[in-house]
Amino acid sequence: MAKTNSPPLAPAQTWWLLATGFSAIAPLAPHVQLWLGAAAMLALAWRGGLAWYRQPLPPRWLLVLLVVAGSAGVLLQFRTLLGQSPGVALLILFLALKQLESRTARDGLAIVFLAFFLALSQFFYTQAIAAAIASAVAILVATATLLALTDHRPTPLTLLRRAGSMLLQAMPLMLLLFVLFPRIQGPLWALPRDASNAVTGLSDTMAPGSISRLSQSDAIAFRVRFPGAVPKQQQLYWRGPVLSEFDGRTWRPRQSQPRPRLPYDAPASGGIDYEITLEPHGKNWLFALELPGQPPEDTLATSDFQLLTREPVTVRQRHALRAYPDLHAGRDEPEGLRERALNLPSGSNPRIRALAAGWRANAQNDDDVLRQAETFFLRQHLIYTLSPPRLGEQTADEFLFDTQQGFCEHFANAFAVAMRAAGIPARVVTGYQGGEVNPVDGWLTVRQYDAHAWTEVWLPQRGWLRVDPTAISAPARIDFNLAAAVPEGDPLPLLMRADLSWLRDIRFRWDAVTNTWNQWVLGYNPERQRDLLRRLGMSTPDVQSMTAALATLSGLALLALTAWTLRQRRRRDPALALWERLSKRLARQGLARAPTEGPLDYATRVAAALPQAASEMQAIAALYGRLRYGPGTPAMLDELRRRVASFRP
Amino acid sequence: MRSPTPNNSNNPMAGVIAAAGRIILGKDRQVRLALACLLARGHLLIEDLPGVGKTTLAHVLAQALGLHFQRIQFTSDMLPADILGVSIFDRASGAFNFHPGPIFSQLVLADEINRATPKTQSALLEAMEERQVTAEGQTRPLPAPFFVIATQNPAHQIGTFPLPESQLDRFLMKIELGYPDRAAERELLAGADRRELLAGMAPCIAPAELQAHQEAVRHVHVSDALIDYVQALVAYSRASADWQTGLSPRAALALLASARAWAWLAGRDHVLPEDIQTVLPGVAGHRLRPAGDGPAAGNIARLIEAVPIP
Repeated sequence: MAKTNSPPLAPAQTWWLLATGFSAIAPLAPHVQLWLGAAAMLALAWRGGLAWYRQPLPPRWLLVLLVVAGSAGVLLQFRTLLGQSPGVALLILFLALKQLESRTARDGLAIVFLAFFLALSQFFYTQAIAAAIASAVAILVATATLLALTDHRPTPLTLLRRAGSMLLQAMPLMLLLFVLFPRIQGPLWALPRDASNAVTGLSDTMAPGSISRLSQSDAIAFRVRFPGAVPKQQQLYWRGPVLSEFDGRTWRPRQSQPRPRLPYDAPASGGIDYEITLEPHGKNWLFALELPGQPPEDTLATSDFQLLTREPVTVRQRHALRAYPDLHAGRDEPEGLRERALNLPSGSNPRIRALAAGWRANAQNDDDVLRQAETFFLRQHLIYTLSPPRLGEQTADEFLFDTQQGFCEHFANAFAVAMRAAGIPARVVTGYQGGEVNPVDGWLTVRQYDAHAWTEVWLPQRGWLRVDPTAISAPARIDFNLAAAVPEGDPLPLLMRADLSWLRDIRFRWDAVTNTWNQWVLGYNPERQRDLLRRLGMSTPDVQSMTAALATLSGLALLALTAWTLRQRRRRDPALALWERLSKRLARQGLARAPTEGPLDYATRVAAALPQAASEMQAIAALYGRLRYGPGTPAMLDELRRRVASFRP
Repeated sequence: MRSPTPNNSNNPMAGVIAAAGRIILGKDRQVRLALACLLARGHLLIEDLPGVGKTTLAHVLAQALGLHFQRIQFTSDMLPADILGVSIFDRASGAFNFHPGPIFSQLVLADEINRATPKTQSALLEAMEERQVTAEGQTRPLPAPFFVIATQNPAHQIGTFPLPESQLDRFLMKIELGYPDRAAERELLAGADRRELLAGMAPCIAPAELQAHQEAVRHVHVSDALIDYVQALVAYSRASADWQTGLSPRAALALLASARAWAWLAGRDHVLPEDIQTVLPGVAGHRLRPAGDGPAAGNIARLIEAVPIP
């Protein structure tokens, strides 16, 4: 490194490089291991300390030791040096340690280029607006550092302003590439994502506590846009996994093969159109409004009326769907399945079994049983709460007769068990209920705390019928939201608290901004690109025509820029143009004019070098000086033109 | 930067320059700068070691221009009244009579100005700026033309009060004389006594003429391109990390006035970029404080090399 003839770093440049390192590494710190971030920051602080106290850089053997130790740490952490996370980890380490051996401007360039790369690697972890802003800042600082490496004398503000204006000038090209560069579906890099495990959301089983654990999370599950009016709150049942297998405590889905069609036909009219944008949740459920119409082409359906995506949702997805809120389906459910929907493990919940046997004895038909069950649930004065007491072995019995406090999964569990005990096929449906319309942009936002579980019973004349036992005991949950239904004093998610309405207001606004970002920047996928290009008049937006358009538009932009520059030239003083022509001719003889050389100085120098042209050169310089800087006349310009044309150096 | 020394025998000041050149050997450029300063109605500060001819330069200019000349030798026990003058009670007329001080002259040589206390310095500098003296409630105008040449020793000499920046700003230019070159020094040593030469020197122009020339200098043409150039120069001095603070608008005006005078001395009716480059070190040198402490720090040549000519 020291053997190059690159100039040594000035103190200001060292500080610029440190700022570049910091702004590139800091946004990554929350996404990498704590020790990595701490080690990188320590190295930066060390370099800063050395610069402040004007101490020499650490010896080479120590740096080698640090690099080896850091790489070993990464190897121990990830068991490999290849792949996304270890790669980023190594880059962070190298960027930080490189500072400790940077002596020349050339080393500085290496740091700047590493920083440019790291600024992008943030998007491996998050593509939120904040990340985009952080990497824009990192790129601005790195660009300013690049300027500082060539000339560190201007003030930091000047360098930042200059870098900012350079980046702004690059903006049109960036937008052009964003719109026209052929899009690839899926994550940007085909690297395995290791983050999707940690996503909160519904699971595919239900036991007491599995849904109430979501009630404190205000993370967004999905957003919905209704072109028409938003349906009533009571109709917003977003159907997730359907659970028909029960082992006495846990409900599980039935094993079935997803098919491209639903087992019923939707009516020709009366549907509600909407567009759903799912946040990644790692499963392939598509929370469709009940009951969904036929699945769009890239989605599947189950025999339980649930819609599925083909691949697990690991990136934000958008689907256009239709719902039929008044539709009932499943009258022709096969008998085998109906039998299975009556299964109760022997010995489970004896008290409910006895109760249900009583309903059945007094009833003419299934409708009667259902009515009695609903009445019973109403009279039990069950309390809907976020902090129900713990239950033992017989969860439904204990909830219904002993504790009488529960969350929606307790209600759905008890009701389904009771129905099965009374001989009515029943199953549990999980998903989300309700949602909140953002007054800023009109989108409906469904958050994790809207997670819900309800029951479906099968009646011979009507098929599967939704019965929400939570709605019987706590109608406010369905009519309004969670906060309205639970007793006072229950811990509520932050955004639902009435005393924090200003926070909700901010959140609404921020959500609207984020959603716009998601829809138009992150959600600009191949389909959107095709749509936009078609609307812009490109009939067949395929890769070839997009590339052609990109090339044509870039060419046109360059042409416009050139024309503008030429125009600027032409608008300049004609005397100056003549003078420059003369200078160019003399430059070929090794007599180039310095940009800070005035006409008299230049003429003196040329005259000394070319004695035979001395007097002519002096005359031309005097003429030019008069025309350019003094009161010249058109006749003088003609004379200058003549003399420059006939000048033979 | 290179100095244009055009053939200017047609210039009315040519005689002055030639006469001065016979006494002050090898310092043609400094004589011209001093004249330009005078023509631009500014005041001149000469900073150099003792014995290089600062005082002689002032004498020569006064003599050649036919100006009434006074010399004030500054000392540390000097009071403002020693410069401005005092009122003394006249028993005969029963009234106070004002006795004007040495400042009431057309050309004042303030020798070794940094030996005086700040109080005395500022009395002189205020008079320079206002071109009048206010004493005992009465304002008296100074003669015209009024030109002060102050000399000062480099500040690190013992027993000096260096002028603060705000006071330095009142001088249009600061120049240094420097040692003469070998040939000039030999001529000086071998030639006649300077004082005799000086005594035998006749004025080259009349005082009224000088004022007409000052007026002519004000009308020398400065093109828009050169105003751009001046603006670029001061902008660079403000943005650059070489200097603690940049050039003020007053400095920019001083630069234009000096360049006009230089161009006029060269016999032109318009300013060329070289004129600005030539007067820039004299005009900007004492107004810019270097930020670093290296030998190259704050060198005005870097300012000239950094800003292209429009």
